[in-house]
Amino acid sequence: MVRFEDVWLKYRTRPGTPGHDVLRGISFEIPDGGFRWLTGPSGAGKTSLLKLIYLAEHPARGFIEILGTRAAHISRREAALLRRRIGVVYQDFRLLPQLSAYDNVALPMRLAHRGETQINADVTEILRWVGLEDRLNARPDELSGGAQQRIAIARAVVARPKLLVADEPTGNLDDEQAQRLMLLITALNRLGTTVIIATHNMALVERYPAPRLRIEAGRMVQNG
Amino acid sequence: MAKRDDLGLREALSDRLLPMLVAAMSFLAALGLAGTLASASLARAWQNEASATLTIQVPQPNDPDATGKVMRLAAVQAALAQMPGVENPQLMSQADENKLLTPWLGGNATELGLDLPSVISARWAGASSPDALGESLDKIAPGTLVDAGAIWAARVAALTGSLQDCAAVVLLIVAAVAAAVVAVAARAGLAQRRDTITIVHGLGALDGDIAARFSSRATVLVAAGAVGGTIAALPVLAWLAWLAAPFAGTGIDAGGGALFNLPLPLLATLPILPLAAAGIGWVTSQITVRRWLRGLP
Ligand SMILES: Nc1ncnc2c1ncn2[C@@H]1O[C@H](COP(=O)(O)OP(=O)(O)OP(=O)(O)O)[C@@H](O)[C@H]1O
Ligand SMILES: [Mg+2]
Repeated sequence: MVRFEDVWLKYRTRPGTPGHDVLRGISFEIPDGGFRWLTGPSGAGKTSLLKLIYLAEHPARGFIEILGTRAAHISRREAALLRRRIGVVYQDFRLLPQLSAYDNVALPMRLAHRGETQINADVTEILRWVGLEDRLNARPDELSGGAQQRIAIARAVVARPKLLVADEPTGNLDDEQAQRLMLLITALNRLGTTVIIATHNMALVERYPAPRLRIEAGRMVQNG
Repeated sequence: MAKRDDLGLREALSDRLLPMLVAAMSFLAALGLAGTLASASLARAWQNEASATLTIQVPQPNDPDATGKVMRLAAVQAALAQMPGVENPQLMSQADENKLLTPWLGGNATELGLDLPSVISARWAGASSPDALGESLDKIAPGTLVDAGAIWAARVAALTGSLQDCAAVVLLIVAAVAAAVVAVAARAGLAQRRDTITIVHGLGALDGDIAARFSSRATVLVAAGAVGGTIAALPVLAWLAWLAAPFAGTGIDAGGGALFNLPLPLLATLPILPLAAAGIGWVTSQITVRRWLRGLP
Protein backbone atom coordinates (compact mmCIF):
# COMPACT_ATOMS: atom_id res chain seq x y z
CA MET A 1 0.00 0.00 0.00
CA VAL A 2 1.03 3.58 -0.68
CA ARG A 3 -0.51 6.21 1.58
CA PHE A 4 0.02 9.98 1.76
CA GLU A 5 -1.61 12.09 4.45
CA ASP A 6 -1.41 15.87 4.19
CA VAL A 7 2.07 15.76 2.67
CA TRP A 8 3.95 19.00 1.97
CA LEU A 9 7.22 19.26 0.08
CA LYS A 10 9.60 22.18 -0.02
CA TYR A 11 12.78 22.35 -2.11
CA ARG A 12 15.42 24.41 -0.43
CA THR A 13 17.50 25.80 -3.26
CA ARG A 14 20.06 27.51 -1.05
CA PRO A 15 20.58 27.07 2.69
CA GLY A 16 18.92 29.96 4.50
CA THR A 17 16.46 30.76 1.71
CA PRO A 18 12.84 29.90 2.61
CA GLY A 19 12.12 27.71 -0.43
CA HIS A 20 8.60 27.36 -1.78
CA ASP A 21 5.99 24.66 -1.36
CA VAL A 22 6.03 22.36 -4.38
CA LEU A 23 3.45 20.00 -2.93
CA ARG A 24 0.70 21.28 -0.64
CA GLY A 25 -1.31 18.94 1.53
CA ILE A 26 -1.34 15.90 -0.72
CA SER A 27 -3.44 12.94 0.51
CA PHE A 28 -4.22 9.71 -1.34
CA GLU A 29 -4.05 5.97 -1.01
CA ILE A 30 -3.20 3.19 -3.47
CA PRO A 31 -4.09 -0.31 -2.24
CA ASP A 32 -1.74 -3.24 -2.86
CA GLY A 33 -1.99 -4.29 -6.50
CA GLY A 34 -3.64 -0.98 -7.43
CA PHE A 35 -3.03 1.08 -10.57
CA ARG A 36 -3.02 4.91 -10.75
CA TRP A 37 -2.38 7.46 -13.44
CA LEU A 38 -0.73 10.64 -12.21
CA THR A 39 -1.52 13.62 -14.41
CA GLY A 40 -1.21 17.36 -14.37
CA PRO A 41 0.42 20.20 -16.25
CA SER A 42 4.15 20.54 -16.58
CA GLY A 43 5.66 21.81 -13.32
CA ALA A 44 2.63 20.74 -11.27
CA GLY A 45 4.77 18.51 -9.06
CA LYS A 46 4.30 15.00 -10.52
CA THR A 47 7.99 14.11 -10.42
CA SER A 48 8.24 15.62 -6.96
CA LEU A 49 5.42 13.41 -5.71
CA LEU A 50 7.02 10.32 -7.22
CA LYS A 51 10.38 11.23 -5.60
CA LEU A 52 8.67 11.09 -2.22
CA ILE A 53 7.36 7.64 -3.10
CA TYR A 54 10.75 6.27 -4.13
CA LEU A 55 12.43 7.86 -1.10
CA ALA A 56 14.53 10.40 -2.98
CA GLU A 57 13.07 13.32 -1.00
CA HIS A 58 11.82 13.87 2.52
CA PRO A 59 8.51 15.71 3.07
CA ALA A 60 8.46 19.00 4.96
CA ARG A 61 5.52 17.56 6.86
CA GLY A 62 2.83 14.93 6.58
CA PHE A 63 2.72 11.15 6.78
CA ILE A 64 3.97 8.74 4.11
CA GLU A 65 3.62 4.98 4.11
CA ILE A 66 5.27 2.88 1.39
CA LEU A 67 4.65 -0.87 1.09
CA GLY A 68 3.49 -0.98 4.69
CA THR A 69 6.53 0.91 5.97
CA ARG A 70 6.36 4.37 7.49
CA ALA A 71 8.87 6.39 5.50
CA ALA A 72 9.90 8.75 8.27
CA HIS A 73 12.39 7.54 10.87
CA ILE A 74 13.56 4.44 9.03
CA SER A 75 17.28 3.69 9.10
CA ARG A 76 19.43 4.19 6.01
CA ARG A 77 19.71 0.42 5.70
CA GLU A 78 15.94 -0.07 5.89
CA ALA A 79 15.47 2.67 3.31
CA ALA A 80 17.93 0.94 0.94
CA LEU A 81 16.16 -2.40 1.36
CA LEU A 82 12.80 -0.69 0.74
CA ARG A 83 14.16 0.94 -2.44
CA ARG A 84 15.03 -2.53 -3.75
CA ARG A 85 11.33 -3.39 -3.69
CA ILE A 86 10.45 -0.30 -5.74
CA GLY A 87 11.09 -0.23 -9.48
CA VAL A 88 11.61 3.29 -10.81
CA VAL A 89 11.52 4.54 -14.40
CA TYR A 90 13.06 8.01 -14.20
CA GLN A 91 11.93 10.76 -16.51
CA ASP A 92 15.60 11.19 -17.51
CA PHE A 93 16.34 7.41 -17.57
CA ARG A 94 19.50 7.56 -15.37
CA LEU A 95 21.35 4.69 -16.97
CA LEU A 96 24.99 4.13 -16.02
CA PRO A 97 26.95 5.37 -19.03
CA GLN A 98 29.90 3.04 -18.52
CA LEU A 99 27.79 -0.12 -18.47
CA SER A 100 26.28 -2.11 -21.34
CA ALA A 101 22.51 -2.39 -21.74
CA TYR A 102 22.71 -5.87 -20.23
CA ASP A 103 24.69 -4.76 -17.18
CA ASN A 104 22.42 -1.76 -16.62
CA VAL A 105 19.40 -4.03 -16.50
CA ALA A 106 21.24 -6.56 -14.33
CA LEU A 107 22.19 -3.93 -11.76
CA PRO A 108 19.17 -4.22 -9.41
CA MET A 109 19.51 -8.00 -9.35
CA ARG A 110 23.21 -7.77 -8.61
CA LEU A 111 22.51 -5.31 -5.80
CA ALA A 112 20.14 -7.91 -4.39
CA HIS A 113 22.93 -10.56 -4.68
CA ARG A 114 20.99 -12.82 -7.06
CA GLY A 115 22.93 -15.59 -8.79
CA GLU A 116 24.33 -14.93 -12.28
CA THR A 117 22.33 -17.83 -13.78
CA GLN A 118 19.05 -16.31 -12.67
CA ILE A 119 20.26 -12.83 -13.65
CA ASN A 120 21.12 -14.07 -17.12
CA ALA A 121 17.72 -15.71 -17.59
CA ASP A 122 15.70 -12.74 -16.28
CA VAL A 123 17.70 -10.00 -17.99
CA THR A 124 17.65 -11.77 -21.34
CA GLU A 125 13.91 -12.33 -21.07
CA ILE A 126 13.06 -8.76 -20.15
CA LEU A 127 15.33 -7.35 -22.87
CA ARG A 128 13.47 -9.55 -25.36
CA TRP A 129 10.19 -8.12 -24.02
CA VAL A 130 11.29 -4.56 -24.70
CA GLY A 131 12.70 -5.60 -28.08
CA LEU A 132 16.37 -5.01 -27.36
CA GLU A 133 17.67 -8.58 -27.28
CA ASP A 134 20.12 -7.73 -30.06
CA ARG A 135 21.55 -4.67 -28.29
CA LEU A 136 22.80 -6.38 -25.11
CA ASN A 137 26.30 -5.01 -25.36
CA ALA A 138 25.49 -1.49 -26.48
CA ARG A 139 26.36 1.40 -24.17
CA PRO A 140 23.52 3.86 -23.45
CA ASP A 141 25.11 6.58 -25.59
CA GLU A 142 25.03 4.20 -28.58
CA LEU A 143 21.27 3.80 -28.22
CA SER A 144 18.37 6.01 -29.35
CA GLY A 145 16.28 7.85 -26.75
CA GLY A 146 13.50 5.31 -27.15
CA ALA A 147 15.88 2.39 -26.70
CA GLN A 148 17.37 4.03 -23.61
CA GLN A 149 13.89 4.46 -22.22
CA ARG A 150 13.15 0.80 -22.81
CA ILE A 151 16.39 -0.14 -21.03
CA ALA A 152 15.29 2.04 -18.11
CA ILE A 153 11.90 0.28 -18.07
CA ALA A 154 13.56 -3.13 -18.22
CA ARG A 155 15.79 -2.19 -15.28
CA ALA A 156 12.77 -1.03 -13.28
CA VAL A 157 10.82 -4.27 -13.69
CA VAL A 158 13.53 -6.94 -13.91
CA ALA A 159 13.63 -7.63 -10.15
CA ARG A 160 9.80 -7.97 -10.04
CA PRO A 161 9.23 -5.00 -7.72
CA LYS A 162 6.26 -4.80 -5.37
CA LEU A 163 5.78 -1.19 -6.46
CA LEU A 164 6.45 0.30 -9.89
CA VAL A 165 6.88 4.06 -10.20
CA ALA A 166 7.15 5.33 -13.77
CA ASP A 167 7.73 8.97 -14.65
CA GLU A 168 6.63 9.70 -18.21
CA PRO A 169 7.73 6.22 -19.40
CA THR A 170 6.36 6.61 -22.89
CA GLY A 171 7.80 10.05 -23.60
CA ASN A 172 10.28 8.76 -26.16
CA LEU A 173 8.32 5.77 -27.46
CA ASP A 174 6.26 5.43 -30.63
CA ASP A 175 2.69 4.22 -30.38
CA GLU A 176 3.46 0.55 -30.91
CA GLN A 177 6.26 0.55 -28.35
CA ALA A 178 4.03 2.38 -25.88
CA GLN A 179 1.34 -0.29 -26.34
CA ARG A 180 3.87 -3.05 -25.79
CA LEU A 181 5.13 -1.33 -22.66
CA MET A 182 1.58 -1.04 -21.32
CA LEU A 183 1.08 -4.76 -21.94
CA LEU A 184 4.15 -5.45 -19.84
CA ILE A 185 3.04 -3.15 -17.05
CA THR A 186 -0.53 -4.42 -16.92
CA ALA A 187 0.80 -7.98 -16.82
CA LEU A 188 2.98 -7.05 -13.82
CA ASN A 189 0.02 -5.28 -12.22
CA ARG A 190 -2.12 -8.38 -12.59
CA LEU A 191 0.64 -10.34 -10.84
CA GLY A 192 0.29 -8.03 -7.84
CA THR A 193 2.66 -5.12 -8.45
CA THR A 194 1.26 -1.76 -7.38
CA VAL A 195 1.69 0.75 -10.23
CA ILE A 196 1.74 4.54 -10.49
CA ILE A 197 2.51 6.22 -13.78
CA ALA A 198 2.96 9.96 -14.34
CA THR A 199 2.19 10.99 -17.88
CA HIS A 200 1.08 13.76 -20.26
CA ASN A 201 -0.08 11.13 -22.77
CA MET A 202 -3.87 11.45 -22.43
CA ALA A 203 -4.52 9.04 -25.32
CA LEU A 204 -2.74 6.35 -23.33
CA VAL A 205 -4.73 7.24 -20.21
CA GLU A 206 -7.97 6.93 -22.20
CA ARG A 207 -6.95 3.56 -23.60
CA TYR A 208 -6.07 2.04 -20.22
CA PRO A 209 -8.76 3.30 -17.87
CA ALA A 210 -7.72 3.46 -14.23
CA PRO A 211 -8.21 5.87 -11.32
CA ARG A 212 -6.42 9.19 -11.80
CA LEU A 213 -4.55 11.40 -9.41
CA ARG A 214 -4.42 14.87 -10.87
CA ILE A 215 -2.32 17.63 -9.41
CA GLU A 216 -2.14 21.26 -10.34
CA ALA A 217 0.31 23.70 -8.79
CA GLY A 218 1.15 21.26 -6.05
CA ARG A 219 -2.42 20.53 -5.00
CA MET A 220 -4.44 17.37 -5.60
CA VAL A 221 -7.42 18.32 -7.76
CA GLN A 222 -8.71 14.86 -8.67
CA ASN A 223 -8.49 11.52 -6.85
CA GLY A 224 -10.29 8.65 -8.54
CA MET B 1 27.76 -6.58 -7.35
CA ALA B 2 30.64 -8.84 -6.63
CA LYS B 3 33.91 -8.31 -8.47
CA ARG B 4 32.74 -6.36 -11.50
CA ASP B 5 33.54 -2.68 -11.78
CA ASP B 6 29.94 -1.41 -12.00
CA LEU B 7 30.85 1.91 -10.44
CA GLY B 8 33.70 2.50 -12.90
CA LEU B 9 36.17 2.91 -10.05
CA ARG B 10 39.11 1.62 -12.08
CA GLU B 11 38.93 4.97 -13.82
CA ALA B 12 37.66 7.14 -10.97
CA LEU B 13 40.36 5.92 -8.56
CA SER B 14 43.18 5.77 -11.06
CA ASP B 15 46.21 3.57 -10.63
CA ARG B 16 48.59 6.46 -11.30
CA LEU B 17 48.63 9.28 -8.79
CA LEU B 18 47.51 7.56 -5.59
CA PRO B 19 50.05 4.69 -5.66
CA MET B 20 52.82 7.12 -6.64
CA LEU B 21 52.09 9.45 -3.74
CA VAL B 22 51.77 6.56 -1.32
CA ALA B 23 55.04 5.11 -2.62
CA ALA B 24 56.80 8.40 -1.88
CA MET B 25 55.20 8.43 1.55
CA SER B 26 56.28 4.87 2.28
CA PHE B 27 59.81 5.67 1.16
CA LEU B 28 59.92 8.44 3.76
CA ALA B 29 58.28 6.19 6.34
CA ALA B 30 60.92 3.51 5.71
CA LEU B 31 63.64 6.08 6.34
CA GLY B 32 61.84 7.26 9.46
CA LEU B 33 61.47 3.72 10.68
CA ALA B 34 65.15 3.01 10.02
CA GLY B 35 65.98 6.23 11.89
CA THR B 36 63.96 5.10 14.90
CA LEU B 37 65.56 1.69 15.03
CA ALA B 38 69.07 2.93 14.19
CA SER B 39 69.07 5.60 16.86
CA ALA B 40 67.87 2.99 19.34
CA SER B 41 70.67 0.59 18.50
CA LEU B 42 73.30 3.36 18.29
CA ALA B 43 72.12 4.56 21.68
CA ARG B 44 72.65 1.11 23.10
CA ALA B 45 76.09 0.72 21.55
CA TRP B 46 77.31 4.17 22.49
CA GLN B 47 75.98 3.97 26.00
CA ASN B 48 77.76 0.69 26.60
CA GLU B 49 80.91 2.18 25.16
CA ALA B 50 80.69 5.35 27.22
CA SER B 51 79.75 3.79 30.49
CA ALA B 52 82.51 1.21 30.10
CA THR B 53 85.18 3.89 30.15
CA LEU B 54 86.78 4.58 33.55
CA THR B 55 88.90 7.65 34.16
CA ILE B 56 90.71 7.69 37.50
CA GLN B 57 92.35 10.87 38.72
CA VAL B 58 94.92 10.54 41.49
CA PRO B 59 95.82 13.93 43.04
CA GLN B 60 99.29 14.38 44.50
CA PRO B 61 100.41 11.13 42.94
CA ASN B 62 103.86 11.29 44.46
CA ASP B 63 102.77 11.72 48.07
CA PRO B 64 102.78 8.65 50.27
CA ASP B 65 99.59 6.67 50.42
CA ALA B 66 97.43 5.91 53.44
CA THR B 67 99.87 3.27 54.71
CA GLY B 68 102.76 5.65 54.18
CA LYS B 69 104.84 2.94 52.54
CA VAL B 70 104.42 3.61 48.81
CA MET B 71 103.49 6.54 46.59
CA ARG B 72 99.79 7.08 46.02
CA LEU B 73 99.94 6.50 42.30
CA ALA B 74 101.75 3.19 42.67
CA ALA B 75 99.35 2.12 45.40
CA VAL B 76 96.29 2.93 43.25
CA GLN B 77 97.82 1.15 40.26
CA ALA B 78 98.52 -1.92 42.38
CA ALA B 79 94.99 -1.86 43.76
CA LEU B 80 93.46 -1.50 40.29
CA ALA B 81 95.47 -4.44 39.02
CA GLN B 82 93.90 -6.57 41.78
CA MET B 83 90.34 -5.41 41.32
CA PRO B 84 87.81 -7.61 39.52
CA GLY B 85 86.01 -5.80 36.68
CA VAL B 86 88.84 -3.39 35.94
CA GLU B 87 90.52 -4.17 32.66
CA ASN B 88 93.64 -2.81 31.06
CA PRO B 89 94.47 0.11 33.39
CA GLN B 90 96.86 2.50 31.63
CA LEU B 91 98.62 5.48 33.07
CA MET B 92 98.08 8.38 30.71
CA SER B 93 101.38 9.57 29.27
CA GLN B 94 102.49 13.14 29.81
CA ALA B 95 101.93 13.84 26.14
CA ASP B 96 98.36 12.59 26.31
CA GLU B 97 97.70 14.53 29.46
CA ASN B 98 99.09 17.65 27.76
CA LYS B 99 96.70 17.08 24.88
CA LEU B 100 93.80 16.75 27.27
CA LEU B 101 94.67 19.97 29.08
CA THR B 102 95.69 22.10 26.10
CA PRO B 103 92.30 23.83 25.77
CA TRP B 104 92.54 25.06 29.34
CA LEU B 105 96.20 25.44 30.17
CA GLY B 106 98.03 25.69 26.85
CA GLY B 107 100.35 23.22 25.20
CA ASN B 108 102.79 22.53 28.02
CA ALA B 109 100.61 22.13 31.06
CA THR B 110 102.83 19.54 32.67
CA GLU B 111 105.77 21.94 32.58
CA LEU B 112 103.98 24.73 34.38
CA GLY B 113 104.98 23.31 37.71
CA LEU B 114 101.38 22.75 38.67
CA ASP B 115 100.56 19.89 40.90
CA LEU B 116 98.53 17.98 38.36
CA PRO B 117 96.80 14.72 39.16
CA SER B 118 97.87 11.58 37.40
CA VAL B 119 95.25 10.10 35.15
CA ILE B 120 94.68 6.37 34.67
CA SER B 121 92.24 5.13 32.08
CA ALA B 122 90.71 1.67 32.15
CA ARG B 123 87.73 -0.30 30.98
CA TRP B 124 85.01 -1.29 33.34
CA ALA B 125 83.77 -4.80 32.72
CA GLY B 126 82.02 -5.28 36.03
CA ALA B 127 78.36 -6.05 36.15
CA SER B 128 77.37 -3.41 38.67
CA SER B 129 78.18 0.28 38.71
CA PRO B 130 81.77 1.17 39.51
CA ASP B 131 80.80 3.47 42.42
CA ALA B 132 82.32 1.17 45.05
CA LEU B 133 85.59 1.39 43.19
CA GLY B 134 85.82 5.12 43.87
CA GLU B 135 85.26 4.61 47.58
CA SER B 136 87.92 1.97 48.01
CA LEU B 137 90.47 3.95 45.96
CA ASP B 138 89.69 7.05 48.03
CA LYS B 139 90.75 5.12 51.12
CA ILE B 140 94.13 4.34 49.58
CA ALA B 141 94.73 7.80 48.11
CA PRO B 142 92.38 10.44 49.50
CA GLY B 143 90.84 12.65 46.81
CA THR B 144 91.01 10.00 44.09
CA LEU B 145 88.13 10.48 41.63
CA VAL B 146 86.58 7.78 39.45
CA ASP B 147 84.63 9.05 36.45
CA ALA B 148 82.58 6.30 34.89
CA GLY B 149 81.63 8.21 31.74
CA ALA B 150 78.10 8.34 33.04
CA ILE B 151 77.57 11.98 32.09
CA TRP B 152 78.68 11.29 28.55
CA ALA B 153 76.38 8.30 28.49
CA ALA B 154 73.49 10.41 29.71
CA ARG B 155 74.12 12.96 26.98
CA VAL B 156 74.22 10.27 24.33
CA ALA B 157 70.98 8.92 25.70
CA ALA B 158 69.35 12.34 25.53
CA LEU B 159 70.56 12.93 21.98
CA THR B 160 69.52 9.55 20.64
CA GLY B 161 66.26 9.79 22.57
CA SER B 162 65.33 13.01 20.83
CA LEU B 163 66.43 11.57 17.48
CA GLN B 164 64.02 8.71 18.13
CA ASP B 165 61.25 11.15 19.00
CA CYS B 166 61.90 13.04 15.76
CA ALA B 167 61.75 9.84 13.75
CA ALA B 168 58.49 8.90 15.45
CA VAL B 169 57.04 12.33 14.67
CA VAL B 170 58.13 11.89 11.04
CA LEU B 171 56.29 8.56 10.92
CA LEU B 172 53.15 10.13 12.38
CA ILE B 173 53.23 13.02 9.92
CA VAL B 174 53.77 10.66 7.01
CA ALA B 175 50.80 8.56 8.17
CA ALA B 176 48.62 11.68 8.48
CA VAL B 177 49.61 12.91 5.02
CA ALA B 178 48.93 9.45 3.59
CA ALA B 179 45.45 9.50 5.13
CA ALA B 180 44.86 12.97 3.68
CA VAL B 181 45.99 11.81 0.23
CA VAL B 182 43.60 8.84 0.35
CA ALA B 183 40.74 11.10 1.50
CA VAL B 184 41.39 13.55 -1.34
CA ALA B 185 41.60 10.73 -3.90
CA ALA B 186 38.38 9.18 -2.59
CA ARG B 187 36.60 12.55 -2.72
CA ALA B 188 37.79 13.09 -6.28
CA GLY B 189 36.54 9.62 -7.20
CA LEU B 190 33.18 10.33 -5.56
CA ALA B 191 32.87 13.64 -7.40
CA GLN B 192 33.69 11.96 -10.70
CA ARG B 193 31.13 9.18 -10.10
CA ARG B 194 28.49 11.31 -8.38
CA ASP B 195 25.75 10.43 -10.91
CA THR B 196 26.56 6.73 -10.94
CA ILE B 197 26.61 6.52 -7.16
CA THR B 198 23.38 8.48 -6.86
CA ILE B 199 21.70 6.06 -9.26
CA VAL B 200 23.06 2.95 -7.56
CA HIS B 201 22.00 4.40 -4.22
CA GLY B 202 18.53 4.96 -5.67
CA LEU B 203 18.41 1.32 -6.76
CA GLY B 204 18.91 0.29 -3.14
CA ALA B 205 22.67 -0.14 -2.75
CA LEU B 206 23.71 -0.09 0.91
CA ASP B 207 26.14 2.59 2.05
CA GLY B 208 28.35 -0.23 3.27
CA ASP B 209 28.42 -1.88 -0.16
CA ILE B 210 29.36 1.33 -1.95
CA ALA B 211 32.00 2.16 0.67
CA ALA B 212 33.37 -1.38 0.38
CA ARG B 213 33.85 -0.91 -3.38
CA PHE B 214 35.80 2.27 -2.86
CA SER B 215 37.76 0.82 0.03
CA SER B 216 38.85 -2.32 -1.73
CA ARG B 217 40.01 -0.32 -4.73
CA ALA B 218 41.78 2.28 -2.55
CA THR B 219 43.35 -0.37 -0.33
CA VAL B 220 44.79 -2.27 -3.29
CA LEU B 221 46.25 0.91 -4.79
CA VAL B 222 47.67 2.08 -1.46
CA ALA B 223 49.16 -1.31 -0.64
CA ALA B 224 50.77 -1.53 -4.08
CA GLY B 225 52.24 1.94 -3.71
CA ALA B 226 53.50 1.18 -0.22
CA VAL B 227 55.19 -2.06 -1.32
CA GLY B 228 56.86 -0.17 -4.17
CA GLY B 229 58.02 2.67 -1.94
CA THR B 230 59.36 0.33 0.73
CA ILE B 231 61.28 -1.74 -1.80
CA ALA B 232 62.68 1.43 -3.34
CA ALA B 233 63.93 2.46 0.10
CA LEU B 234 65.90 -0.78 0.63
CA PRO B 235 69.08 0.26 -1.26
CA VAL B 236 69.14 3.60 0.54
CA LEU B 237 68.67 1.88 3.88
CA ALA B 238 71.44 -0.59 3.06
CA TRP B 239 73.76 2.30 2.25
CA LEU B 240 72.86 4.07 5.50
CA ALA B 241 73.37 0.86 7.45
CA TRP B 242 76.79 0.52 5.84
CA LEU B 243 77.66 4.08 6.85
CA ALA B 244 76.42 3.55 10.38
CA ALA B 245 78.07 0.18 10.89
CA PRO B 246 81.33 1.52 12.45
CA PHE B 247 79.36 3.57 14.97
CA ALA B 248 77.07 0.77 15.91
CA GLY B 249 80.11 -1.40 16.58
CA THR B 250 78.96 -4.10 14.18
CA GLY B 251 81.89 -3.61 11.83
CA ILE B 252 81.78 -3.29 8.08
CA ASP B 253 81.08 -6.39 6.13
CA ALA B 254 83.83 -6.39 3.56
CA GLY B 255 82.16 -8.82 1.19
CA GLY B 256 79.36 -6.61 -0.24
CA GLY B 257 75.92 -8.16 0.16
CA ALA B 258 74.93 -4.83 1.68
CA LEU B 259 71.20 -5.49 1.43
CA PHE B 260 71.37 -8.44 3.76
CA ASN B 261 73.40 -6.40 6.16
CA LEU B 262 70.30 -4.54 7.25
CA PRO B 263 69.68 -5.02 10.94
CA LEU B 264 67.22 -7.77 11.69
CA PRO B 265 64.76 -5.57 13.64
CA LEU B 266 64.50 -3.29 10.59
CA LEU B 267 63.97 -6.18 8.17
CA ALA B 268 61.32 -7.55 10.51
CA THR B 269 59.54 -4.18 10.82
CA LEU B 270 59.57 -3.00 7.18
CA PRO B 271 56.76 -5.34 6.04
CA ILE B 272 54.55 -3.57 8.58
CA LEU B 273 54.70 -0.41 6.42
CA PRO B 274 52.55 -1.73 3.53
CA LEU B 275 50.19 -3.31 6.05
CA ALA B 276 49.87 -0.05 7.97
CA ALA B 277 49.42 1.84 4.68
CA ALA B 278 46.69 -0.58 3.59
CA GLY B 279 44.99 -0.09 6.95
CA ILE B 280 45.15 3.68 6.59
CA GLY B 281 43.78 3.38 3.04
CA TRP B 282 40.87 1.21 4.09
CA VAL B 283 39.83 3.18 7.16
CA THR B 284 40.21 6.58 5.48
CA SER B 285 38.24 5.61 2.37
CA GLN B 286 35.49 4.04 4.49
CA ILE B 287 35.11 7.21 6.57
CA THR B 288 35.29 9.51 3.53
CA VAL B 289 32.78 7.58 1.42
CA ARG B 290 30.30 6.92 4.21
CA ARG B 291 30.34 10.57 5.23
CA TRP B 292 29.77 11.62 1.60
CA LEU B 293 26.90 9.14 1.18
CA ARG B 294 25.13 10.73 4.17
CA GLY B 295 24.50 13.67 1.83
CA LEU B 296 22.21 11.44 -0.28
CA PRO B 297 18.56 10.97 0.85
N1 LIG C 1 15.44 19.85 -7.19
C1 LIG C 1 14.64 20.92 -7.24
N2 LIG C 1 14.94 22.07 -6.59
C2 LIG C 1 14.13 23.14 -6.63
N3 LIG C 1 12.97 23.16 -7.27
C3 LIG C 1 12.59 22.05 -7.95
C4 LIG C 1 13.41 20.89 -7.97
N4 LIG C 1 12.77 19.95 -8.72
C5 LIG C 1 11.64 20.51 -9.14
N5 LIG C 1 11.52 21.76 -8.69
C6 LIG C 1 10.37 22.66 -8.91
O1 LIG C 1 9.21 22.01 -8.40
C7 LIG C 1 8.11 22.22 -9.25
C8 LIG C 1 7.53 20.87 -9.65
O2 LIG C 1 8.46 20.19 -10.45
P1 LIG C 1 8.22 18.70 -10.96
O3 LIG C 1 9.46 18.25 -11.63
O4 LIG C 1 7.76 17.89 -9.82
O5 LIG C 1 7.06 18.92 -12.00
P2 LIG C 1 6.39 17.86 -12.99
O6 LIG C 1 4.95 17.87 -12.71
O7 LIG C 1 7.10 16.57 -12.89
O8 LIG C 1 6.66 18.53 -14.39
P3 LIG C 1 6.91 17.81 -15.83
O9 LIG C 1 5.58 17.39 -16.30
O10 LIG C 1 7.46 18.90 -16.68
O11 LIG C 1 7.85 16.69 -15.61
C9 LIG C 1 8.63 23.02 -10.41
O12 LIG C 1 8.27 24.38 -10.19
C10 LIG C 1 10.10 22.87 -10.38
O13 LIG C 1 10.73 24.01 -10.84
MG1 LIG D 1 8.30 15.48 -14.13
